[in-house]
Amino acid sequence: MPGATEGEFLALSGISKRYGGVRALENVDFACGRGLIHAVLGENGAGKSTLIKVVAGVVPPDSGVIKLEGVAQRFSSPAAATAAGVVCVFQELSLIPDLSVADNISLSAPPKRFGLIDARAQRRRAEELLAEVGCEDVNPLLRVHDLPLSRRQMVEIAKAIGRRPKLLILDEATSALTSVDVEKVYALLARLKAANVAILYISHRMHEVEALADRASVFRNGRHIETFDKGARTTAEIVQLMIGRDISTQYPSKPERPRPAAALRTENLCWENRLQSISLDVGAGEIVGLGGLDGQGQKMLLLALFGVLRGVTGTTTVNGRAVRLASPRQAKSRDISVALIPEDRKTEGLMLPMSITDNLAIASLGNLLSGPFVDQGKERRAVDAGIARLSIRVGNKTDAVSTLSGGNQQKVVIAKWLMTQPRIILLNDPTRGIDVGTKQELYRLMRELADQGAAILFYSTDYDELIGCCDRVAIMYDGRIVRELAGVDLNETNIIASSLNIETASQAVTSPSGTAHA
Amino acid sequence: MIALPRALTLSRDDRPIVIAALFLVAILIAGTVYTWVRFGTAPLLSPTYLLLQLQIGAFLGIVAAGMMVVILISQIDLSTPWTLTAAAMMATAVGGPWAIPLSLAIGLAIGIVNGVGVAYLRVPSMIFTLGVNAVMRGLMVAHTGGYAPQTGATPLMRTLAAERSFGIPNALFVWLGVSLVIVLILQRTALGRYIYAIGNKEAAAYLAGVNTKFVTVVCFALCGLTAGIAGALLAGYSQKAYQGMGDAYLLPSIAAVVIGGTNILGGRGRYLGTLIGVILIVLLNSVLSIMDMPEAGRQVIYGSVIILMLLVYGRGERVTS
Amino acid sequence: MHSDLTIRLRQNFGLLTAVVLFSVAYLLYHVAHPKGFSSAVLIQNANEVFTLAMVSMAQTVPVLMGGLDLSVGALMTMVDCFASYLLVGAAGGTPLAIDLFGLHIALGTMPGGPSGIMLGIVICLAIGTLGGLLNGIVVVYGRIQPIIATLATGAIYIGIALFLRPQPGGKIDEDLNWALTNALGDFASTVHIFDDGAAPWFAPFAGVPTAFVLLALIALVVWVPFRRSVAGRTIYAIGSAEGAAFMSGLAVDRAKIIAFTLGGFLAGCGGVFLAIQTASGNADIPQAGAYTLNSIASVVIGGTSLLGGTGGAIGSIFGTLILRVISFFFRVFDIAPLLQPLFEGMILLAAVSIGALRMLRVRNTLESFR
Repeated sequence: MPGATEGEFLALSGISKRYGGVRALENVDFACGRGLIHAVLGENGAGKSTLIKVVAGVVPPDSGVIKLEGVAQRFSSPAAATAAGVVCVFQELSLIPDLSVADNISLSAPPKRFGLIDARAQRRRAEELLAEVGCEDVNPLLRVHDLPLSRRQMVEIAKAIGRRPKLLILDEATSALTSVDVEKVYALLARLKAANVAILYISHRMHEVEALADRASVFRNGRHIETFDKGARTTAEIVQLMIGRDISTQYPSKPERPRPAAALRTENLCWENRLQSISLDVGAGEIVGLGGLDGQGQKMLLLALFGVLRGVTGTTTVNGRAVRLASPRQAKSRDISVALIPEDRKTEGLMLPMSITDNLAIASLGNLLSGPFVDQGKERRAVDAGIARLSIRVGNKTDAVSTLSGGNQQKVVIAKWLMTQPRIILLNDPTRGIDVGTKQELYRLMRELADQGAAILFYSTDYDELIGCCDRVAIMYDGRIVRELAGVDLNETNIIASSLNIETASQAVTSPSGTAHA
Repeated sequence: MIALPRALTLSRDDRPIVIAALFLVAILIAGTVYTWVRFGTAPLLSPTYLLLQLQIGAFLGIVAAGMMVVILISQIDLSTPWTLTAAAMMATAVGGPWAIPLSLAIGLAIGIVNGVGVAYLRVPSMIFTLGVNAVMRGLMVAHTGGYAPQTGATPLMRTLAAERSFGIPNALFVWLGVSLVIVLILQRTALGRYIYAIGNKEAAAYLAGVNTKFVTVVCFALCGLTAGIAGALLAGYSQKAYQGMGDAYLLPSIAAVVIGGTNILGGRGRYLGTLIGVILIVLLNSVLSIMDMPEAGRQVIYGSVIILMLLVYGRGERVTS
Repeated sequence: MHSDLTIRLRQNFGLLTAVVLFSVAYLLYHVAHPKGFSSAVLIQNANEVFTLAMVSMAQTVPVLMGGLDLSVGALMTMVDCFASYLLVGAAGGTPLAIDLFGLHIALGTMPGGPSGIMLGIVICLAIGTLGGLLNGIVVVYGRIQPIIATLATGAIYIGIALFLRPQPGGKIDEDLNWALTNALGDFASTVHIFDDGAAPWFAPFAGVPTAFVLLALIALVVWVPFRRSVAGRTIYAIGSAEGAAFMSGLAVDRAKIIAFTLGGFLAGCGGVFLAIQTASGNADIPQAGAYTLNSIASVVIGGTSLLGGTGGAIGSIFGTLILRVISFFFRVFDIAPLLQPLFEGMILLAAVSIGALRMLRVRNTLESFR
């Protein structure tokens, strides 16, 4: 099976792609057939996204041949690929927020009457496709930006199957879905499989891959490592293939310590109807994790603790003193000293066209002044120290930060904040889209910072990370903390159960209110 | 102070400046060739002439300096015409030692109002400053009865705008002073860094702890202040204030900033470019008037030059993601 | 879930507000006017509204894409000046010539009579359309931001206008002027249809202002089909999420060019009417600037967002109506003319600030950044 390209619906041979100095894909041979769900696995930076972009016509390969049903193809644009039957549902949605659901579903080839768009036919088409994905309750007149994220993803999927694909590619398509919608997608995929559609499926969720995939391919560092059938490899073996080294050394060891006094404490924190009565504390030297399914309020909690949200009620105390956080500027100030590593480094963490130096210095410029001017000597020293501390691979400090890889960019964001010497560090899914090597460096860094006395609150969508890094984990569901796990209770079963708000046997003593228990 | 502190290779920010400077030289050469062929003289190359052009350019230059700061944070100030005029009119109306401070205060106040509207009310700057411009026009029309005010400029205003010290027009010193302040702010202060950061990605600057609202107000205040300075100077130069005196400075100031390499969307641009842009526009205007070009031709050439220059370096990237 | 009607109402809230606001204001105006609710007043109002409404519709299209067209006023003025040569309508035709660099170049003769007028109008509209096309080409192929590209092309158009009419002048066929600046009855009698306007079934329509009918016609025949076309929808998509529009395979460049070309056509319509209304061609630079800035104000008041993606030309028409009604009010309520610009300015400022008050309710500061 590995490397076999004969008689398959999609066959790639010798595909390579470089971005500047980075080899995104290296001489890849790959095939996938009709009527099969084929998973593509690999860490970020492994080449999965590039592979998808090449197949879907978003970027042309530097070399190699793409064959569909034996015929060589050259896709000049996503539209060309779609015309050939290759449809992709991307991670970043391709929907137009201000247009209606019906408009979006029939965006590029709408039904027409007298040369104009036939709104009624378009609406009927939307209703049919929404029914196919099991979302009949969505009114096609609604604007996309009025829909919650999960529904938007379902509309995106409806739009894709409306193109009647021969090859459907799903790039992390379930990451934003509620559990109910995930089931609908599984059912849809089963139907498509039966209709002989070829399906390429990228996901980081191992249990999904195990449940769905007939075949799986592992990529690492731009190379196609192996393709195997369902059940041929265990999870441990697969992970080994993905990262290429033993997984047990990934996480730094956790010190055994009595629970320290709270550096940051919230009591009955509420905001709109997204955060309900959150009571949590993080002690100096602790790494506390936030877990649960996407969109349960974790991001909002971190924003609230950083002063971004308005109308937050409840009390927040920092080092015993009550504070009212009104802005990031205030949160950053010397006596409160909170830092937030935001969710999206490209739009929230960095000014991409600006230099590495400027990005690093921006949060701590107040400390780098002499008189009214920026002291360039102080700045240089501080920037160099930041780069060294995080081992950021930089060519020239004056280059734009957009020239760095994802992992190094994230390091810049973190280094920027470490330069403010924070006492409380909030991290919003910092390892998303980061390569394995950098992830490990970040885990070590977090533990180091904690050992030096920082209080760390760490939100991650990866259970392994939560288990491996955190002293305690608070699971959120529907804007509340439903459970706090520590010690032996901190395991995958409990995390999953609490995320789905299911009680397990070991939970018998926990009260169902939002208050945290040791 | 304008020396390049970074690498000497032509970065993306430097290229427009070099090209603009080349265009400027080209205009000078073209004009000189014309006068040589036509009149047998080269007045464009005489220091007297050049100084006079710079003196006229000082007014536009001061307005453009403030406009640049606002454009850098991805905003725009369309209230410059009547801020300038209001400052000039009130200065001449009051007279005496308070004339110039009053014009500065008016410029500053209007700028702050603009800043508050854009930063706190979050009204798009294009439309808010448009409204403020209309209000200022209304106030001035009501105040002056629709005619030019009868009062004249104070002797100090006249001196600053029209007289010379050591053979160099005083207006140039004022322009130099404004330029120094702007360059220092943009290149050497934290405020300058915040300005570029906000222009690049306001959300990221906000999350880095920058007080983006305050910086926005400061930028508009600076722009209003420069409009006030220009108003006082212009009144001094013309000996009085008059209706619509600021209208001719709005679009050229935006053009000068953009020709100088500042991105109209903000976040990128060097002050040296704006300086060159102003001189280029003034010289172009003067060369065309030497050629006896009627207003019609001037407008066409002016528009064509802007497009041509932007084609050479101002091209944006195609949006693909 | 939500019913279709509530959804549609909610989505068109800005437009509905503008319509209601205008209706109330206009009603008050007629009540207060000594000759209110008469055909003469309606005609006068319609004539004063038409040109700005056209220019505002022209401005709407680039704004929907998240850009701006600073040349609409200049383009309108240029067509106005062309019209003063081409719509003379003299019986034996009008000789045309260019005087350039001391050379006199004869261009032939513009025919007179009704067919000549029709030809003249078509040429003028074509010129406007070409101007819009040039804007589109500079923006798309030159890859220059619309605001600065149109700043430059605007200078070019005003230059051409000045070349055509260094002084105000020219002449417009009198019949044409009469027909278009009065009521339908006068139009019919001039064009000799419907029994010269005397047909009995025509009576109730005879008093309707021609300018109003033209406005409604252009809105229905030009804007509404455009909005329902793929190109029109692509414009909205570009304003909402240009990257996603491109990724979905929409012809983004083509739509941008169509957008600016359409804007040019509409600005041309405004220019033709202005020439006919004033019976002359006038390359008035301050007036061109005023039209451009007022068009931006109309677009915003009419509910179209400067960020693009929402709104429409119908809203901009009502924005224009609201702006004009304010100046009508001044006449009726006898506000001192010296105070009129102040009131205009304050109302404009208040109107655009109110729309932004919605922003104050934002609870997550991150959402207030673009």
